[in-house]
Amino acid sequence: MAAGVAAWLPFARAAAIGWMPVANLPMPVAPTNKNKHQDELIILNVSGRRFQTWRNTLDRYPDTLLGSSEKEFFFNEETREYFFDRDPDLFRSILNFYRTGKLHYPRYECISAYDEELAFFGIIPEIISDCCYEEYKDRKRENIERLMDDLEDNKDSKLPNMTFRETMWRAFENPHTSTMALVFYYVTGFFIAISVITNVVETVPCGSMPNQRDIPCGERYTEAFFCMDTACVMIFTVEYLMRLFAAPSRYRFMRSVMSIIDVVAILPYYIGLVMTNNEDVSGAFVTLRVFRVFRIFKFSRHSQGLRILGYTLKSCASELGFLLFSLTMAIIIFATVMFYAEKGSSSSKFTSIPASFWYTIVTMTTLGYGDMVPKTIAGKIFGSICSLSGVLVIALPVPVIVSNFSRIYHQNQRADKRRAQKVQKARLARMRISKSGSSNAFVHSKRNGLNQSLELTQLPYYKMKLSPQGSLEEDQQLKKTTSLLESQHHHLLHCLEKTTNHEFVDERLYEQGYLQTALQNFPSQSPSLSSEEGITGTCCSRRTKKNMQPLSATHTHTHNLQELSALHIQCGEQQPLNTSRSSLNLMSDESGSLNCKSSGLVTTAIISIPTPPSNNSRASPDAPPPPNPDAPPLPNPGTDVVKISAL
Amino acid sequence: MSGCARRCKHGLVKFALSVSKLVTGTLIKDRVDDDLELSVVCHRPEGLEQLEAQTNFNKKELQVLYRGFKNECPSGVVNEETFKQIYSQFFPHGDASTYAHYLFNAFDSSHSGSIKFEDFVTALSILLRGTTTEKLEWTFNLYDINKDGYITKEEMTDIVKAIYDMMGRFTYPAMKTDTPKQHVDAFFQKMDKNRDGVVTLDEFIFSCQEDENIMRSLQLFENVI
Repeated sequence: MAAGVAAWLPFARAAAIGWMPVANLPMPVAPTNKNKHQDELIILNVSGRRFQTWRNTLDRYPDTLLGSSEKEFFFNEETREYFFDRDPDLFRSILNFYRTGKLHYPRYECISAYDEELAFFGIIPEIISDCCYEEYKDRKRENIERLMDDLEDNKDSKLPNMTFRETMWRAFENPHTSTMALVFYYVTGFFIAISVITNVVETVPCGSMPNQRDIPCGERYTEAFFCMDTACVMIFTVEYLMRLFAAPSRYRFMRSVMSIIDVVAILPYYIGLVMTNNEDVSGAFVTLRVFRVFRIFKFSRHSQGLRILGYTLKSCASELGFLLFSLTMAIIIFATVMFYAEKGSSSSKFTSIPASFWYTIVTMTTLGYGDMVPKTIAGKIFGSICSLSGVLVIALPVPVIVSNFSRIYHQNQRADKRRAQKVQKARLARMRISKSGSSNAFVHSKRNGLNQSLELTQLPYYKMKLSPQGSLEEDQQLKKTTSLLESQHHHLLHCLEKTTNHEFVDERLYEQGYLQTALQNFPSQSPSLSSEEGITGTCCSRRTKKNMQPLSATHTHTHNLQELSALHIQCGEQQPLNTSRSSLNLMSDESGSLNCKSSGLVTTAIISIPTPPSNNSRASPDAPPPPNPDAPPLPNPGTDVVKISAL
Repeated sequence: MSGCARRCKHGLVKFALSVSKLVTGTLIKDRVDDDLELSVVCHRPEGLEQLEAQTNFNKKELQVLYRGFKNECPSGVVNEETFKQIYSQFFPHGDASTYAHYLFNAFDSSHSGSIKFEDFVTALSILLRGTTTEKLEWTFNLYDINKDGYITKEEMTDIVKAIYDMMGRFTYPAMKTDTPKQHVDAFFQKMDKNRDGVVTLDEFIFSCQEDENIMRSLQLFENVI
């Protein structure tokens, strides 16, 4: 329940009068506000700056420092104010949280300072509202990454117990760790360069034999080039095998981009070795040599900028795709137009639409080779429009790509898509938690027996208020787990249950209840209780069985009249998410586990002695104490009329 | 003929304007001005003394009420949508919008479509501080959807269905389709003294005063503020 709407709870409760004539059953007693004082202003002095607010405002969130009695530790007797020695600027947003129910993160503040303040005042950061949550998470992640980077820099010193394999892997990944690694790094770099230069020089025509045209060097000095190639490939193979050996996860290493490049770089050589003698496939073999140029990509291990460029292109895939798509569209349109425009002229180069593609591409990218030129006037007009639009179509997506590159270069993030998915999932999870929190809180508290509904009796109402003094204690304990607001809200829901003669249950209990309507008979432990048909005409008659809810030994319920309604509980199942906004910090497991400790399987207790509203059925007030030995016996105060609600 | 000429001239002018806009590059002005009109409707309530005289609350209680009211509705009036949203927050299990609709009509005594603070506080004054008769009259007014002075079975069925809607789906025992109808039958059994099929105000008040449960539960929320 949001804090702002809490102010409307009195209205909702007043409107519940509309249900009263419709209800057939007596209503539970309203929780009383024991410390009913007029709302007062309290002064919060934070490092000299005085904030003032109503006490009720702070009471909205009883599980934070300001909402609970913890603030009494900071109370200054002489000045009658609460003094906190904290940052007053950050306190503003914290106090606004109480006022509006929304926690905002101010952008100009340091993230760790803000986190500290939140931790001090007992507010968990998950309830930051949507408008500021993205920013908060981003800053937090940056901070963590920065801390981790700092940690890694300090980790360069060799750890004492690293296996040989781990040492090797670290040497490969970070060449500055040891001299050997540096040597290895430079040697491989040198050989990559040699290999690339060899491939290039191989095709240069050098020298000529008499009576023959220039032949490329590769064919002239075949053995020399073959030796060089072999040496480079051997070095690369050794390097690849060593990396494969040292990799912590070989499967993952083999899937990585760099290792694929390595494999593609050395494979043509081995394939060539195998297939030298077969003339038919020598053509294919020659094509394979093209792949040797992939060795140049091995340089990306040596250059950070190259890696970032590759990563940028990968992450701008959608923009690149859009560029390609729009270009294709424009090319097809203009090629068609040019073809039909130039159809009339004789000896036109525009023989077909695909032939016009070349002209369109050359014109749109403003290359203008001049090998194809329109001759008709219409062709020239359309040709000029084509070149003008070409500039536009290309210029539009390019700034996007550029800005992407600069963003990645400066921030060095992981893949955007993966992050967006995670954030979206987390956000949906948060919304689901807050929505289900409030509805689960009521059912959960019912299960814990905190909603001890009290029956209104024949006695005049004012006598009800003079309940035995022992109830003060357990009221205090009740308040420890539910705030007054929550107890009032639960009382309202309880009234609705009474009006309609149905109870709120959890989803899975609903399924079970469905099955249980088939099983009718529960053995009654108290022979004196009889059962009748319910007023509402539920066709199943049930026997009654009162079962005390063994919450804890201290919860002695000494109220005059009690109706205990326990639901079917199976311990060991999941606790419901008791994460309503006002009690996100509340430990729900403690009350839940108490239930489990007492009895393994508490079966349903359905109280169903319906009473026609006009007469009073006398039934024996309390069941004999349940089999549970810890539960204290119910005192029978002697008021002999007990109205038990009907189900 | 003159009308045709006028329309032609009008069309030509518009065309010229749009061409000039295209050339000079100005965009069409959005019609944001109209939207601004609606949001500044603000209402200030009458003075504190007047409200104190009209209702059974004292000054402090009125202050507390107004602060809560203004917090949720800064413009000073609640329209039906906001009302339904606020009321639904208290009943997360089920659908409280139908019942909230009937409540809204009961609060909005002047049928203006929005609840001002005076309406709000007048109704609360009756519900929390009024006499039993006044409360019962207010409840009768709530049930009487068409405000004709009689509660028919259909009206009562609507109300009871709305109440059951607030329970939601997951109830124990499971909700049957004729549960509201049986509930309404029981209600009429009790209230309709002369068995004419409708319940009048006097019958209603009389029957409720007979029933001690109802009388007692009417006193339930006395200490809400």
